[in-house]
Amino acid sequence: MTRPATAVQGETSDPAASSPQDADLSLMLMIRAFELKLLDLYGRGLLNGTTHTCLGQEYVPVAVEALLDRRDHVFSNHRGHGHYLARFRDPAGLLAEIMGREGAVCAGVGGSQHIRRDRFLSTGVQGESLPVAAGVALHLKRAEPGRLACVYVGDGTFGEGAVYEAFNIAALWGLPLLVVVENNGIAQSTPTSRHLAGSIAGRAAAFGIDHRLVETSDVTEIRRTLEPLVSRVRSRATPLVVEFVTRRLGPHSKGDDTRPARAVQDLREQDWYARCAAAFPGRFPRLDAEARAHIDAVAAEVMARAPSQWEGS
Amino acid sequence: MRVAENLNAALAALLAREPNLYVLGEDVVDPYGGAFKITRGLSTDFPDRVLSTPISENAITGVAAGLALSGDLAIVEIMFGDFAALAFDQLFNFASKSVSMYGSRLPMRMVVRCPVGGGRGYGPTHSQSPQKHFVGIPGLALYELSPFHDNLAVFEEMFAREEPCVFFEDKVLYTRQMGAVEPPFSVETSGGVARVSLDGPPDCVIIAPGGVAHRALAAMRSLLVEEEITCTLLVPSRLYPFDQPDVFDVDVRAARRVFVVEESTAGGTWGAEVAHLLHRRHWGRLALPVTLIHSLGGVIPTAAHLERAALVNESTIHSTIREALRG
Repeated sequence: MTRPATAVQGETSDPAASSPQDADLSLMLMIRAFELKLLDLYGRGLLNGTTHTCLGQEYVPVAVEALLDRRDHVFSNHRGHGHYLARFRDPAGLLAEIMGREGAVCAGVGGSQHIRRDRFLSTGVQGESLPVAAGVALHLKRAEPGRLACVYVGDGTFGEGAVYEAFNIAALWGLPLLVVVENNGIAQSTPTSRHLAGSIAGRAAAFGIDHRLVETSDVTEIRRTLEPLVSRVRSRATPLVVEFVTRRLGPHSKGDDTRPARAVQDLREQDWYARCAAAFPGRFPRLDAEARAHIDAVAAEVMARAPSQWEGS
Repeated sequence: MRVAENLNAALAALLAREPNLYVLGEDVVDPYGGAFKITRGLSTDFPDRVLSTPISENAITGVAAGLALSGDLAIVEIMFGDFAALAFDQLFNFASKSVSMYGSRLPMRMVVRCPVGGGRGYGPTHSQSPQKHFVGIPGLALYELSPFHDNLAVFEEMFAREEPCVFFEDKVLYTRQMGAVEPPFSVETSGGVARVSLDGPPDCVIIAPGGVAHRALAAMRSLLVEEEITCTLLVPSRLYPFDQPDVFDVDVRAARRVFVVEESTAGGTWGAEVAHLLHRRHWGRLALPVTLIHSLGGVIPTAAHLERAALVNESTIHSTIREALRG
């Protein structure tokens, strides 16, 4: 995968050095099981439309969410199941939304990409949410100082002008905006090297916005690194870009992967799942089995529900 | 009072009344006060809520959506309505969709103000009337500035809808007086529609929003004097949804001839939507198809003589109505 050209080094990644809490590992495994279940359901023709899974990226929202307050706003994107599940731990509501069943978070109108619940919102157009998040950050700065707006974007989103308009305003106005970049090295089918000139760090620097590169998938270490930086976003009301070097193991959407199998296999070998499975042979299989059983039960229960009702508006 | 003063006073009153209202736009703060001076004085009185922005129509509109999402109110000034194209995604895919796409009604109280129209020689990218490009977007309401509608009331109505609104303001109206019509015409406003009429049943009805209403009025006067054709002019404040046909029914039934005037260039216009609705409702009793009167279907030239020839004006309206009624 393509590495950012101007990497801010500092994180170390020793697979065995740090041990995720059971709760974190379980959450990552639950998201993994959820996404695999979705691909399974699509494969069996049981779902409408399409979906974008976050296979390989599950640890990012799990790490980030612990740094957020419930009163912080989270803006998610097309690849947002992990963001939602890390915040609400509600696979049934999300699956019902994707399947259009009773109990759907948004009555089945929004589907995979358009979810709103409390202070969480996702939308399906690349980059669109950055100016919106800046507006929320403007509100928070005045009405709820100390709170922030966190927005998840991918590397591909950096092709959109809305990103830079929002960066400019966030930096000029001193807005508490946390931009989490999930740089998985590929925008749909186009590798980062073919869609991004320069680097994400360089683009943040152009606006005088702090940038931090995170290369590890160790959630404990990620939090330790980011905690003071996120605190500064709150206390100084200033934007921050955190760029995760991550991996997208699955297709862009439900079945459109054109990458060579070998390249995907290389990514799997770097996956947090493989690392944790090797590092924690005792508890990993147990927690993984529990997560899969939980999602199996959720899926069976949700599939038995009646279609969602929507009165329109 | 001039229209610009009424608009400025409306914004000032809203800022004073609504502590969570923001006004955003390029160059809107004092001493400049906006390219058309509509926001003059506002930033002096409300410096933390009247904010000049970078030249970033997409982001300004997105910021307004974020404020609305947070429960605030926001008014965005797009310097020239032509540039609303740069904000289109935020309106079309985010703000308007957010009202309903999350399954339950989400109030989005925001207004995007767009100075529009030609007649001032600003040329092809600063003279358009882009209303037609925003017609028919679910969850997006369209309004138009008018000398016959008090702007404070119009803004109150827009915010009360709790969905994003675009407010089109024909630039040539800013310097005109509010509300005035000269005898023998009289004006009354109810149900969001101003009705300019003579005593007695009219020969035709003209539906014309604020920017072209005075041109329609001038044509009505010359048609009356030269041709003894009497017209009733209806000036709606809200362009879309155009869902108050009852307000138009009595006049349409009486006259049986309807003309829709708009400054838009020809092709896929707001007037076509109005004509469709009126045909659906009155087809059997109309004496003529609803007739559209608009600008030519080309770019709007800069040179005065070419611009005059392209844009709808008093004589276009006069001749179209005269030919339709007299043959």
